[in-house]
Amino acid sequence: MSSYATKFSRDARRVTSDRRLRQTIRTALHNYEIARDRHQTAFRDWQTARQAAAETKWEAINLLPQHLAEFADKLAVRGTKVHWASTAKQASDIIVGIVQARGARSIIKSKAMTAEEIHLNGALENVGYEVVESDLGEFIVQLRHEAPFHIVFPSMHLTRGEIKDLFQSALGDAPSDDPEALTMVARRVLRKKYLTADVGITGANFAIAETGMISITENEGNARLTAALPKTMVTLLGIEKILPRMADLALFLPMLATAGAGQPMTGYNTLYGGPRQYGECDGPEEFHVVLLDNHRTELLADPQQRDALHCIRCGACLNVCPIFRNIGGHTYNTTYSGPIGSVITPHLRGLQDWKHLSAASSLCGACTEACPVKINLHHHLLHNRRNAVKLKPSAREQFGYDMFTSVMNHPFVWWLGKKTGWLLQPLHNIVKRSPLDPVRAWTKTRDLPPVPRHSFKDWWRKRK
Amino acid sequence: MSERDNILGRIREALKAKAPRPSPRDGAAPLPQPPAGGARQWLPPVGRNFKDWVELFGKNAAELKADFLLVSSSDEMRQALVSLRDAERWKSAACHSGLLPDAICPVLGIPMVHTDKHYDVHMLEACDVGITECDALIAQTGSVMLSSRRAGGRALSILPPHHVVLARRDQLVADLPAAFELLKTEYGDNLPSMISFITGPSRTGDIERILVLGAHGPKKLTVLCV
Amino acid sequence: MHAERMTVTLFIPCFVDALFPHAGISMVQVLERLGHQVVCPKALVCCGQPAFNSGYWDEARPIATRTLEILKDAEAIVIGSGSCGAMVKKFYPELFSGTKHAQLAGQIASRTWEFSDFLVSKLGVTDLDARFPAKVTFHDGCHGLRELGIKTAPRALLAEVRDLVLVEMAEAETCCGFGGTFATKFPMISTAMGEAKCASAIETGAEYIVSNDSSCLMQIQGLLSRQGGKIKTIHLAEVLAQQ
Repeated sequence: MSSYATKFSRDARRVTSDRRLRQTIRTALHNYEIARDRHQTAFRDWQTARQAAAETKWEAINLLPQHLAEFADKLAVRGTKVHWASTAKQASDIIVGIVQARGARSIIKSKAMTAEEIHLNGALENVGYEVVESDLGEFIVQLRHEAPFHIVFPSMHLTRGEIKDLFQSALGDAPSDDPEALTMVARRVLRKKYLTADVGITGANFAIAETGMISITENEGNARLTAALPKTMVTLLGIEKILPRMADLALFLPMLATAGAGQPMTGYNTLYGGPRQYGECDGPEEFHVVLLDNHRTELLADPQQRDALHCIRCGACLNVCPIFRNIGGHTYNTTYSGPIGSVITPHLRGLQDWKHLSAASSLCGACTEACPVKINLHHHLLHNRRNAVKLKPSAREQFGYDMFTSVMNHPFVWWLGKKTGWLLQPLHNIVKRSPLDPVRAWTKTRDLPPVPRHSFKDWWRKRK
Repeated sequence: MSERDNILGRIREALKAKAPRPSPRDGAAPLPQPPAGGARQWLPPVGRNFKDWVELFGKNAAELKADFLLVSSSDEMRQALVSLRDAERWKSAACHSGLLPDAICPVLGIPMVHTDKHYDVHMLEACDVGITECDALIAQTGSVMLSSRRAGGRALSILPPHHVVLARRDQLVADLPAAFELLKTEYGDNLPSMISFITGPSRTGDIERILVLGAHGPKKLTVLCV
Repeated sequence: MHAERMTVTLFIPCFVDALFPHAGISMVQVLERLGHQVVCPKALVCCGQPAFNSGYWDEARPIATRTLEILKDAEAIVIGSGSCGAMVKKFYPELFSGTKHAQLAGQIASRTWEFSDFLVSKLGVTDLDARFPAKVTFHDGCHGLRELGIKTAPRALLAEVRDLVLVEMAEAETCCGFGGTFATKFPMISTAMGEAKCASAIETGAEYIVSNDSSCLMQIQGLLSRQGGKIKTIHLAEVLAQQ
């Protein structure tokens, strides 16, 4: 078992016994579900919309070279500097380079999961820059020196009281625990930063090939400010964010909002196609777009799992996953949590170290049902399990399943097994729940069903 | 070989293995090409005419806690703006040059920052309201579509705590597909560097999923339509 | 509209055979009451899902191949569990894709139904002349629900049971946490999920939790017994067999 797997089990144990935290998560997600169902019903045909979204992303990903080239060329024509990064380190070096070349002193950032993925903030801080997260949830977890809890709702796990205490100790400003008052504290602090930042760093939700534009979806307006005020704007995004046409957004923007946040449309959906153009009265002098590979081309090369790259990072699969609900985002201990994280992390960071995320699922399929682009998420977890076993089977498990086969393929041995189980039951009652109990993983919290004396096959045989 | 060539090369190599297209549900008809071109058939319904769209836009605006006022003349629009000034106690405002702002904004009689002349961002930050035109109003979502070219730049509509949009009736379109078609017609290949779909005032649910308005962008959004 | 008399090959999965024989017995009774002939081949024991779900596809194939061969000439195959039904119908084609059994797997999948799905979709029957005077709630086993699309069939059947009152729980479609080997590989997560399910069921005030999957019932009952809850669990077939 990898050390990540050990830590995962330990953290899962801790969170599942924290009833208060589980309740906080459940309440947050319950409200999401009600809103999502309402807006999904407003669609005239949600299921066909999903099919259209799935086919559009199929086209985007399977014709990626053409689309990416068009995207980059159209951006460049209007003065954007496009950079290509094969690795996480290359990407963060490029961005550090830009920041240094521009003589920046302060950096403001809007939400970007890709930046988490490459540990960008750490790289910038290492060379002496302060990076301020402007999204309220990210701002909060940054003050706590914590990773985001959920890809769309970073501070879902915290109560207002905890946030009040945080603001009091970190900012010296927390008039009460009222969410509005706390939000206004953050607004005040961050406005100063917007006005003085030299560099604004953003992520992107979509990259439009046809018009050479990035698209950013948000509710707060912090990305709009990050893209408006600083003299230099840098956008980091994965190569899989491509959509072929601008008009595709007419489908994707409402679907992203509905599936991700239970909203008909998110507050600000903004397209950016370049630095400040001639005739425009403000905007960044320089606009840089950094395209990131970081193992995405490896996932692309697996035709069975390629559609995991269709993901639009809406978070719907996290919201419906019963495992996520009970263990929370931090337990995954990696950038992308929930079902999509369990599917792609082995590709991004190594199968053997991260296969436990694919094992930690009951394969209920709620994720696949919720995914707006129809990624077959839970089947991919099965594929990850098969791939992990092919590469490195466990001799013990292999032996166990071979034994299982011998029993199941020989009716007499199966009959013997059943009878033995019935006979040994009283013995088991003695060791039950003790360290000697072979099924302690079950009996610690659950009773075993009684083994009946006569099985179904006994009954069937007798009636003949 | 540039990094671009490296990455595109790896992609081409990866795509040599063919992945199956997503299979539709049993018995479902094939989709139009491109697939998202049929969006209108699946997105929420929008009604058939201006009256339906105005009603839908108003209903959406109310749910979003944005204010929407349909007026019948420039005079009424000026009156509405003055009433807002008094109700909200605006001391200074910001706007840009354009047919509607030029005709309407002077009535306020308060210091006005014009973002299309060289402006100081701290002065803009101190303004109580930013007044802009827009490219379209979208009934389906209750959104305002505006651009950096026709709404006074990028900051005007997002920095001041109140954003007022001066719109014309003929700018009301039914849905998102129509809005994207309009962008093509209006701008062709020469799109502005920023196009934003604004749907309600700034909001957040990051603290216990409780809705709070005015997180960073404007706390209030008012759309006046003549 | 009742179908012609059929020969139904009833596949009672290994754990139902060993631990929940009454669910299987009830299925036989219901099918015979409808006038069909039921056969249960002695050699038909397991679908192979445990090995398959853990990623040991090569080790799952010997069991699955044997199962395919036994079912080769069956007219209609009814499986007494949603998860095993999903294994045969949805996963056998994938497990055997590219092998010489691919076509057979596809054919058998098309002749296989989960028990409640068989009654309603294939036989067109919902009224079994059953009586079960109690307030019940229904738990949708995930494999049946999401792999096989079974949602309305069990409810249509329960609606015809005399004196039975069905109340839906808030979390009817949420996973109970069993998930096969998941239940013992990640027991704390499995238990947390199961507790949420039990709480949702108890909230309805029902006397029984009914499901079409015995593995779910095993998980739920295991937790209820430990908690000392009064609500009982019962398989759908057992409810339908009561008269």
